[in-house]
Amino acid sequence: MVPISYYLVLSAILFGLGVVAFIFKRNIITIFMSIELMLNAVNLTFVAFSRALGKLDGQVFVFFVIVVAAAEAAVGLAIILLIARNQQSLNIERVNLLKL
Amino acid sequence: MSGDYLQNYAPLLIHLLVAMGLAGIILLLSTIVGYHRPTRAKLQPYECGVRPTGDAREPFSVKFYLVAMVFILFDVEAIFLYPWAYIYRDLHWFGFVEMLLYILILLAGYIYLWKKGALDWNR
Amino acid sequence: MFAPIEDLYRLAPELVLCTFGILVMLAEPFVPRKRSGLVAFLALLGAGAALAATRLSWAHPGTAFYGLVRVDDFSIFLHFVVGAVAVLVILGSRDYLEREGLHRGEFYALVLFATAGMGVMVSAQELVTAFIGLEISSISSYILASFRRNVPKSNESAMKYFLLGSFATSFFLYGVALVYGATGTTLLSRMDSASGNPTLLRLGLGMIFIGLAFKVASAPFQLWTPDVYEGAPTPVTALLSSGPKAAAFALLLRIFDTVFAASQLWVWAIWVSAALTMFAGNLAALVQSNVKRMLAYSSIAHAGYILVAFAARNEIGTAAVLFYLVAYALMKLGAFTMVTHLGGEGERRLEINDYAGLGSQQPAAAAFLTLYLFSLLGLPVTAGFLGKFYIFNAALKSHLVWLAVLLAINTVISAYYYLRVIVVMYMREPQKEWAATPIPRAVGLVLVLTAAGTLYLGLFPNYLMEFATQSAVLPR
Repeated sequence: MVPISYYLVLSAILFGLGVVAFIFKRNIITIFMSIELMLNAVNLTFVAFSRALGKLDGQVFVFFVIVVAAAEAAVGLAIILLIARNQQSLNIERVNLLKL
Repeated sequence: MSGDYLQNYAPLLIHLLVAMGLAGIILLLSTIVGYHRPTRAKLQPYECGVRPTGDAREPFSVKFYLVAMVFILFDVEAIFLYPWAYIYRDLHWFGFVEMLLYILILLAGYIYLWKKGALDWNR
Repeated sequence: MFAPIEDLYRLAPELVLCTFGILVMLAEPFVPRKRSGLVAFLALLGAGAALAATRLSWAHPGTAFYGLVRVDDFSIFLHFVVGAVAVLVILGSRDYLEREGLHRGEFYALVLFATAGMGVMVSAQELVTAFIGLEISSISSYILASFRRNVPKSNESAMKYFLLGSFATSFFLYGVALVYGATGTTLLSRMDSASGNPTLLRLGLGMIFIGLAFKVASAPFQLWTPDVYEGAPTPVTALLSSGPKAAAFALLLRIFDTVFAASQLWVWAIWVSAALTMFAGNLAALVQSNVKRMLAYSSIAHAGYILVAFAARNEIGTAAVLFYLVAYALMKLGAFTMVTHLGGEGERRLEINDYAGLGSQQPAAAAFLTLYLFSLLGLPVTAGFLGKFYIFNAALKSHLVWLAVLLAINTVISAYYYLRVIVVMYMREPQKEWAATPIPRAVGLVLVLTAAGTLYLGLFPNYLMEFATQSAVLPR
């Protein structure tokens, strides 16, 4: 059996990649995708722990996370669509009306 | 233990390398040795014998997006039926009523969408 | 036997809010545009019914649904707060929505859903439940922030709120996953007794703290606040600055007081964050020219004040947090409602200099705004003064002398930007003529209620303080 630390390290790397991409990427869609990556890293962690602990509840949490992520995606994409329509750009640096 | 564990995968790795190498060699040989007489018809993308029309990368209507999003939402919400079905026998009537309420809430969302015209393609 | 009827009583406020939310959402396409007041009324009824339901669930203390939620004085206190915020926001936003041509039932449905989410947050005893509540309230707020669909600023505000909010949520959730892995449970009450990996537990609790620090806008995670508050429709800003903040603080308090490991780990983080947050908010507020943005920075500063009481980590501190949350919600709701009204069509009158001459042209509006600003500053006879006093008291009781000194320094700094608005209103000649529209009745009611509340708590704080002290005792 694969030891749990493999899964944990993998999900930590995925989460870290998500954080890095969130900070350094410039396209709004890409930033949004990095958030999804982070959420999926969390899902992997939940499932791995659930398996290691021999409890099912961790897998049920994943269901909740998936549903919430889908709802977030629907709202997020709608907001991004509004931006694209009103500003004609998806570059985060050009969406900057609200600055000091 | 983990060392042994990785060793189990060694044949897979070798297989992967051999397959990639073989494919590379074949492609390389055919480019070096073969004749090349490109014609217009040969360079066209293959699309089941039908002549391709237009560009595949043109923007498409927002309507697709809306329908896709609605589909995803309802599809994902059905996820809760699986754990529910798994313990359905233990839940008895309580589980039945709970799921009925859940479906009714989804139905409310559906009615809302319908009345708002989100399902009307021609709007 | 599953879910006895008692459990439903304990979840009554959320059930009522969700039912009315769905009803409002369904009624929206059926009610003709001319009768849209009906939808607003239904929503108001729902928020009122939620308050009544809170009163009902008060009679049934205890845990419900296998310990996922808990009804105790603490959760009831905050349920009253978020319910009252919903009532005031719904009352105050009708005229705004009509004025901007945005009147749609979805607005009210989303306010009700957001309130339901906050309700779940304040009574959650389990981290995934808390996460669900957090997300219900956040996702509703993202949509509310983008409600002025054709205004680029509103879109941008919603986008920033959405991206940074989801980012924070991911941190929170990763923390929950790690805590689950370390202890094998997500129930707060079982975490201490579970023998687990202490490093993993600390890492998880740290991530949870970061996620919630984003939500309460405390430094160094406060950068999104001004942009979001400025761009969102002003009634939504009023909601965002009061309700979700109270709920997120409640969740922080709950975890902090129930899980011993959290209180061990967080106490320094809270100390540092409190000091940073106060300065970050107040110093930036000094240079703002836009009223909404200035109030946004002031709300960051106030989160810092609340964190000071938090750092005291005793029951006096918790009571002070609760009292301050009420006082803060009252004055911020009042101030933002006033700004909403004064903004005029298209929210154009938002610069501080635009308020010049307000004192002579619209004396009532100027007087209300002055009262809220005095309270935000913390002058005597207002709720803000006593709130600060209690925080001071709690900090000194826990020997947090330095933090108390920093709080005093920050109050002095904040006097500059609050008083500047008042000076502009009463002593500056207007440079531009603004049409003085009379205050609509519903808005007037919100103003009177918040102003009366601010004064009442400033003069007779005992009743609320007793309730807060009683609520501050959290079961371990």
